[in-house]
Amino acid sequence: MRFDALSLWYGASQALDRISLSIPERGITALIGPSGCGKSTLLRCVNRMNDLVEGVRTEGDIRFRGGSIYAPETDIHALRRRIGMVFQKPNPFPKSIYENVAYGSRIHGMRSRARLDEVVERSLGAAGLWDEVKDRLTESALSLSGGQQQRLCIARAIAVEPEVLLLDEPCSALDPIATQRIEELMQQLKQRYTIALVTHNMQQAARSSDYTAFLYLGELIEFGETERMFVNPSEKRTEDYISGRFG
Amino acid sequence: MTRLAAGALAICLALVAGLIVLIAARGLGYFWQSPIELFELADGTRVLGEVWNWEPRPGGAGRRVRLAVGNRDLTGADFRWIDESEILRRSRPEDAGVFERLEWGKFYGFPAQLLRGDRIAASGAEVWKEIRPLLAEKAEVRARIARLHGGEIDDVNRELERIRIELRQLRRRGLADSERTPILEAEREEYQRRYEAHLVQLRELEDELLAETLVLRAADGSLVRLPAGHAVRAVRANRLRLPQRLGLYASRLAEFLLDDPRESNTEGGIFPAIFGTVMMVFLTSLAVAPFGVLAAIYLREYARDGAFVRLVRISVNSLAGVPSIVFGVFGLGFFVYLVGGSIDQLFYPDRLPAPTFGTGGILWASLTLALLTVPVVIVSTEEGLTSVPRGVREGSFALGATKFETLRRVIVPAALPGVLTGIILAMARAAGEVAPLMIVGMVKLAPSLPIDAHFPFVHLERKFMHLGFHIYDVGFQSPNVEAVQPLVFATALLLILVVLSTNLAAILLRNRLRRKYASSGV
Repeated sequence: MRFDALSLWYGASQALDRISLSIPERGITALIGPSGCGKSTLLRCVNRMNDLVEGVRTEGDIRFRGGSIYAPETDIHALRRRIGMVFQKPNPFPKSIYENVAYGSRIHGMRSRARLDEVVERSLGAAGLWDEVKDRLTESALSLSGGQQQRLCIARAIAVEPEVLLLDEPCSALDPIATQRIEELMQQLKQRYTIALVTHNMQQAARSSDYTAFLYLGELIEFGETERMFVNPSEKRTEDYISGRFG
Repeated sequence: MTRLAAGALAICLALVAGLIVLIAARGLGYFWQSPIELFELADGTRVLGEVWNWEPRPGGAGRRVRLAVGNRDLTGADFRWIDESEILRRSRPEDAGVFERLEWGKFYGFPAQLLRGDRIAASGAEVWKEIRPLLAEKAEVRARIARLHGGEIDDVNRELERIRIELRQLRRRGLADSERTPILEAEREEYQRRYEAHLVQLRELEDELLAETLVLRAADGSLVRLPAGHAVRAVRANRLRLPQRLGLYASRLAEFLLDDPRESNTEGGIFPAIFGTVMMVFLTSLAVAPFGVLAAIYLREYARDGAFVRLVRISVNSLAGVPSIVFGVFGLGFFVYLVGGSIDQLFYPDRLPAPTFGTGGILWASLTLALLTVPVVIVSTEEGLTSVPRGVREGSFALGATKFETLRRVIVPAALPGVLTGIILAMARAAGEVAPLMIVGMVKLAPSLPIDAHFPFVHLERKFMHLGFHIYDVGFQSPNVEAVQPLVFATALLLILVVLSTNLAAILLRNRLRRKYASSGV
């Protein structure tokens, strides 16, 4: 996936300024930067969630597997199916656990109960939740704990077998133990999915990501392998941010 | 501040409880049989009746008693007031009874004779032994008459009406000489013959009602002849033991709930009014729910927020403040005359000038009330939709769902408790509304229920009875307002119960849905 000089305005204020960057496949790319630097906005450009916000204007493009995401002929619903997303705050639907996971498959036309059962079991298994909830699939998803809800949201996202997973600060509302479980899960998921992770937590970026992009005030300051970035950043601002001098 | 708020709440609760207790006490006493007392007065008159209440004598010392004396055909009044000072003796004669009649209301007196034809079958207290089986037998005869009226004779009338309309149709199309005409004429004669036969049957049954006569003696000695078939109940009130008294209470309550009214609504039951009220509320919610919910979804989810949407919202909210009678007038002009009239022109031209839909009916009444209650549904549905968290919407979009799929599968189900709250409020409002209905189809006495065994089973064009109007009619328009007062209270109690139970049913449904989508704060 490649960003080609992507700019974005909310009304008159520019949030992203000509971002160009390639996100490698089957790896975790962390987007870091101080609050308001545009990292969540950048993530939401990938599945065009920003279209839902009024007064948004973009320039440039994102190329994904040879196609253009911002081309007018792009089917936005098919695109979002290929690019899953998990949000900052767990947002399960007010439905049963089963229906939450089956939701994506249902709206994409899967009717057979047996196949839905299979999808639900596989996705919950991949999200490491199956053993905890297999006896209470018909209960409301809102009866789960916060960490379980977030893993349910991951299961819901991977149930439709996307090619990319966008994680928007998935651990910011969770306690350390739940955070650890999600991080372990990310390590398993990166075998099969390309993952883009927005995080505020430097340790998390350092621990879990393979590549890191540092954004500041809507600009991409530096992008590279995580190990090199954290040990030997080439930009002064990156070093300052990582070492906690501002942000 | 806390005390002030608590005090206000306490006063509200006390008002509600007081209202219900007062209505229940006044209404439920109506079915209770008190002892019958004989008063012998200083001037030699004897008065028989039930003690209603004791009250201070106006403009003087002492008390006076209000006595329910019945015998409207003899005295022309239902009550008599007697000063305590005039009473020489009070007693509870064993033979005295109260006779509930099909006409003229209750009779208080003593049985004198039972006549079979002209022969005296029993006399004096002996009559009491014969009365119970005799009245049961007559009740059976009356039920047979009702079945004949509502069944066979009704069927014949329908067929005759169908033939009449078909003949008119043929004449209108200039086909009066076609071969169909003689067939129809022959059919008509056949049905006419059947009708005559039924009339003979009917006359025989009615004669059966008159075969025995009860001769009753009032306290002042005057005699009244009451055909046994015209007596609904005969109660020897002073010999009743508690279980019998309770049985009598239950039987009167059952009559009140399940029977048709008699004597211009002042006697008998109010079943058609209960049925009409419930059905109208049901139809109203059936009409208001889809309209209100769709309008709210459009306003909240699709319309772009701007001056126009704000204007619509303001209009919807002020609609809720329009006096209900105005809606009634609108319903008459729009639904009854315009829509109903057009339906008649298009589909029932052969019945004109007699209107089918072009006159008030339960459908038009329900639609009028739906219009009246639609703001309630819109407002609470909008609130329900707003309360669905943004994250949930985004979660659905992020999975590739379209706006419509998101609405249908996630947002509307999650907003359902709000939607149902709106419908419950609308139902409560609809059940309590009377004024607009008076001009769009509610009547004092409807000949038939809007649902029966004849095709198409649900007759939405029919007029209907309503508990609210029944209260007004019995309480203010009946010849003897004083005497039916308890009946008014009983009807009011029933109206409250109907409103409460429809609401309760809807609330239970909503709570079930809430549990299904139980939310724990995260």
